[in-house]
Amino acid sequence: MIDAPNTPKALARQLSCSRRDFLRGAAGVALGSSLMSASPLMRGAAAAAKRKIIVITFGGGARDQETFAPEGQENIPNLLHELIPQSSFFTQVVNQGILGHYVATASLATGVYETLNNFSAVPPQHPTVFEYFRKDLHRPLSDAWVVAPSNGFNRIGESDYRSYGPGMGARVVLPKHLLAAAGSGTDHEHLLRDNYETPLYTPQLAGGEFELQQLEMILKLSVDDFKAHARTLSSPDELSMYIARRLMRQESPSLLWITMHDIDIAHAGAYSLYIDAIRRTDRLCAEFWKAVQSEPEYAGNTTLFILPDFGRDGDQDSGGNGFQHHRTGDAASRTTWMMALGAGVRQGVVYDRPMQSIDLVPTLGAMMGFSASVSQGKPIKELV
Amino acid sequence: MLPRDLKAEQFAGYPPQARELVAAHLAALRQLPLSFLPSLLREVIDYDFKFPAERASIDKELANLSSLSPAQVNDWFHGFSQLSLSSQLEKFDWINQPAQFLEQLSAYLWTTGQMDEFRKAAIVYGDRLRSLEPPDALPVRRLGIAVIGQGVASYDAPLFRNLRRHGAYFGRVKPDNGLSLLLNAVEARAKAHPVPYGHWYIDGGEQAGRSPSLTCVSYQGLAPARAALLRNIQTEVQRPGMGPEQLRTHLAQLLPTDLGMDQAGDQVLGHFQVRLLTEGSGTQIFSTTFAQWTAREALRRAQPLTLLVRFAPRQRQKPMNELLTSGQGETDLDVTGSLVDADMGAYYNWLNQQRLPGAEQSAFLVWFEGHNQALAIGPSLPRGTESTTVADLSELVALATS
Repeated sequence: MIDAPNTPKALARQLSCSRRDFLRGAAGVALGSSLMSASPLMRGAAAAAKRKIIVITFGGGARDQETFAPEGQENIPNLLHELIPQSSFFTQVVNQGILGHYVATASLATGVYETLNNFSAVPPQHPTVFEYFRKDLHRPLSDAWVVAPSNGFNRIGESDYRSYGPGMGARVVLPKHLLAAAGSGTDHEHLLRDNYETPLYTPQLAGGEFELQQLEMILKLSVDDFKAHARTLSSPDELSMYIARRLMRQESPSLLWITMHDIDIAHAGAYSLYIDAIRRTDRLCAEFWKAVQSEPEYAGNTTLFILPDFGRDGDQDSGGNGFQHHRTGDAASRTTWMMALGAGVRQGVVYDRPMQSIDLVPTLGAMMGFSASVSQGKPIKELV
Repeated sequence: MLPRDLKAEQFAGYPPQARELVAAHLAALRQLPLSFLPSLLREVIDYDFKFPAERASIDKELANLSSLSPAQVNDWFHGFSQLSLSSQLEKFDWINQPAQFLEQLSAYLWTTGQMDEFRKAAIVYGDRLRSLEPPDALPVRRLGIAVIGQGVASYDAPLFRNLRRHGAYFGRVKPDNGLSLLLNAVEARAKAHPVPYGHWYIDGGEQAGRSPSLTCVSYQGLAPARAALLRNIQTEVQRPGMGPEQLRTHLAQLLPTDLGMDQAGDQVLGHFQVRLLTEGSGTQIFSTTFAQWTAREALRRAQPLTLLVRFAPRQRQKPMNELLTSGQGETDLDVTGSLVDADMGAYYNWLNQQRLPGAEQSAFLVWFEGHNQALAIGPSLPRGTESTTVADLSELVALATS
C-alpha cells in the first residue's frame, strides 16, 4: 500500500507536487515562482477587443494515475508533448463545491460554488461569465457560445440572477440533441451516448438551445451534411469539437466554452473505456488547438484554457470505488489542474500554489475587461 | 421527529430480528444525533438479511453504544452533533426509510458545504469503533484469487502493473487445468474451514462449477433477474415525475421476488444479489463491472476467508439507452478491453481485501487465464520480484498461502 499523507490539504499538496515534478522532468517546464511576476498579457483596448477566449472542460473528470502521474503519461501524449510546453500550467486547482458535472461546470462558469440540483435542467443561480461578458462589453448574442454534449447542460448559458439572466447569456448548442433531432439512424447511435451519471434520466429541454433549422442558417451546414459528417466520428466529444470548429469558422465568437464529457463513461465501471476516453480527449484538445491556429480570426489572439471540472475518487478511499465515481469528496476528486496557453500566456511554466476552480471567471474578466462582480473567486495573478 | 422521541412501536415495520434488536438498544439510540442515527438504522433494518460478519459488527456497535454514558455519547458524537440539519430532514420518515433519508441528507450536506465535516466525523467514529477490541483471529489466512483475460489469445502490454510491487511475478506458469485447480483449492479450503458465507466463487460469465461448500454468484446466473430489472426500470422511467433520485429510491425498495428470484432460496444471498444490481453502477450491463463490484461487496459485507473471482468478456460499448433496454447484443464482446477492466478489477479486489482484518497475513493470486503469467502476494513471498519458477496454479496457491 502507498504511504500517503492523511489530511485533505496534505493530499492536495502532494498531488500538486507530483504533477509539478513530473512536468519538470517530462516536459521540461520551469517553476513559475522563479519567474518575474509581471503579466505578459496584451494590454490596451484594441487588443482586448480582438481577444478570443476558449475554455475547454476536460470532462468529466480524470485522475492523476491515468494522466499526469508517471504511469498515466502514456494516455496524454498530446497534452504532454504539444500543449504543456506552450502553457502556463497550474498544478493545484481545488474544487470545494458539489462534485456533480452540471453543478460543477455551472460553478466554473459563474465563479460561485453553485448549489443547484445536479440532475435538474435549471439555470445557474449566479450570473455566468457569458452574462458578465455580454452586458459589460455590450457584445451581441452571437459573441458567446457554449457547446455541451449532454442535455442536462442546456441551461448553462445564462442564470436567473436579477439584473442579468434571460437574454444576456450565451447560446447553447447540444450537438447530440441536434443529431437526434436530425433523425438519427443506426449510423449515429455511437454518438448519442447519454449522461453517464444518470443514464436513465433526460430532462425536458427548455431555454436558448440551438435549434435544428439554425444549423444551416448559422453554421452553414445542411442537415444531410451534418449527418454525413457525424457518421465519420467516433464519440459525442468528437461531435462537439466538430460543431465548435464550425462555430469558429462561421460565427467567430469571442467567448467559446466547450464541455467535454466522454471520460464520464467511467461511471459504468469499465476501466478500459475510461482510458480510451482520456486518450480521445487528449487527442481532441490538441487537434482543436491546431484548428484554432488555422482560423484567421483566432490565430495569434486566442487564449485557451483547459481544465477538468473535478477529479475522480482515489483508490485509497474505502468509501468510493476508485476511478468509477466522484462521490467521496476526497482530495483526488477535488484537486485538479488547469493549463492556459496562447495569446499573452507564458510558455512552459508551472505554478503550484493552490487556487480554486471558481478563480477562472474573475480571471477571464480581468483578461477581457469585464467585472465578475458576484463571483467569489479571485483573479489568477499569474495570468492577469 | 428527533431520536430522543423514539418509541419501540415506531419500528413495527422492521423485520422481526431487527425489531428485537432495536427494542433491546432503544435507550442508546435515543441519545444519538439525527445526522448519525439513520446511517445505523439503514444497517439495522436489513439485519434479518445480513451476512454473519455484518450481524456481528452491528451487534458489537450497538453493545458499545448501550455501554456509553451520556457524557461519553457527547464525546463520541461531537462531530456529528455540530452539523446543522433542516427541519425538512427532521420531518422525514427516517425510521422506516433510512436509506432514502441518507440520500436527502447527502444532498443537503453537499448543498450546505458540510460534507467534509460529515466525512471527518464518520472517519473519526469508524476509527474509534474499530479500535475498541481487536478482531477475532482468522481460522486460516485470507485468500483472494482473480482470474482475468478469458478468451484473449494474446496480449503484449504488461499486466498486473498496480500489483507488481506488492508481490512476485511468475512468467512461467503451467496453465493446464488452471481454473479447475483453483476451484479445487478453494473448495478444499471451504471444507477444511466451514464458515457460513466464508468461501465465495464469483463468475463474470457462466459458472464453471458448483459446490455446496461455496457461495456462488454469476453474471449469467442472474440473467433473468437482470432482464427483469431492466424491464422494471423501463416501466418506471415512463412514469410522470420520475427523475434519477426517484428512480434510485424505487430501486432501493426492490426485493428478490420483484425480480422473479426464487422465494424458497437463500434469502440472505437473494437480497445481496438484488443490491448488486440495484446499487451497483454498470453491474446490469457490463460483466466486468459486475464481477468487480460483486467482489467488492462480498469482501466488505461477508468478509470471506476465500474469494475466487473469474472475470469474463463484457459486451461492447453502445449508447447507454440501448445497453439498458435489453440484453440483446451481449454476444458482441470486447475481449481485450475486458482484460484491461479485469486487470484493474483484480487490483481493486486486492485493495478491498487489504481493508479487512488480517491484511498483513493475507494472500492474493491473479492469473491471466490460459496463459503463463500470474502474480502472487503473500507474507512469505518477496515483493516486487520476478520468478522463473515453473509452477501450476495449485502450487502458486500453496506458495501464496504458505
